[in-house]
Amino acid sequence: MSFLQMPTPVVARRMFLGRSTGLVLSGAAVALLAGNDALAASSGGGDPKDVQILNTALGAELEAIAAYQLGAESKLLQKPVLDLAVTFQGHHKEHAELLSKTIVKLGGHPVAAKADYHFPAEQLKSQADVLRFAAKLEQGAVSAYLGAVPLFANRDLSKAAASILGDEAMHWAVLRNALGEAPVPVAFMS
Amino acid sequence: MTARRLFVAGVLSTCLLAPASAAPDAARGEQVYARCEACHALAYDRVGPRHCGLIGRVAGSVPGFAYSAAMKNSHIVWNGKTLDRFLASPLKMVPGTAMTYDGVPDARDRADLIAYLESVDRLPQCKALKAKR
Repeated sequence: MSFLQMPTPVVARRMFLGRSTGLVLSGAAVALLAGNDALAASSGGGDPKDVQILNTALGAELEAIAAYQLGAESKLLQKPVLDLAVTFQGHHKEHAELLSKTIVKLGGHPVAAKADYHFPAEQLKSQADVLRFAAKLEQGAVSAYLGAVPLFANRDLSKAAASILGDEAMHWAVLRNALGEAPVPVAFMS
Repeated sequence: MTARRLFVAGVLSTCLLAPASAAPDAARGEQVYARCEACHALAYDRVGPRHCGLIGRVAGSVPGFAYSAAMKNSHIVWNGKTLDRFLASPLKMVPGTAMTYDGVPDARDRADLIAYLESVDRLPQCKALKAKR
């Protein structure tokens, strides 16, 4: 259901909270892990398509971790931008860890980080270049999660993916702001 | 014909003709391509394969890239028509593809994106990649 069709904010909030009400883990963790446990108990495994979606997302998260590492080690970032990059990398590590655990719980095999990632390092010559590079990755990540959310068979996974999407949209906005650009340039993402 | 009928006829003809007359816009397609950049780049492989040399390429054929079995066995040759079908709904056209993306629903967005992809081999990074191989 689109948020445009939700009758009231109260109903929307109830729908979002769903089965996770009363637990103390983060929203994404609850949605993923609670959903997976229920699914595993009922069918002995997850939908193979869901596992594939999670693995594609995991591959992108692992690449993002490596990209932020490149930025952090580039010596081009000054504090507090460097701290920001390390914080965002930490978020991607959390996403990757949760995705990986969920894939295992669903009976799948999580993809591993590549030994080597190809980034346009030769084009990164200033802090602004690094920020622009990271912003582009985050913008793409928002689109990728947006394109994945409707595909999950397990709605809890859709909810969790949307939670990650929200985090990455915030990264994008903050990086744009650091570049002196309008942090939120559009009302809708696609 | 009254002025009102003329106005209605004018509006209708504009509505009918506008989509057909709008040529695909590669510059706008480059903006749409931002959606792809979570996983793809033009000149190097990422989570998805590179896009330099895409047009005319057999799906699943970039050397060294780990494709899904579904894509490897799809026997698709990428051109305007196949890309349009695939981008509309990747999982419908290639069930089992690792490109777990709901697609680009808007036909105009797809046309512009394809126009951009058709143009990328003229860009320096694609020319440089071709020269290396």
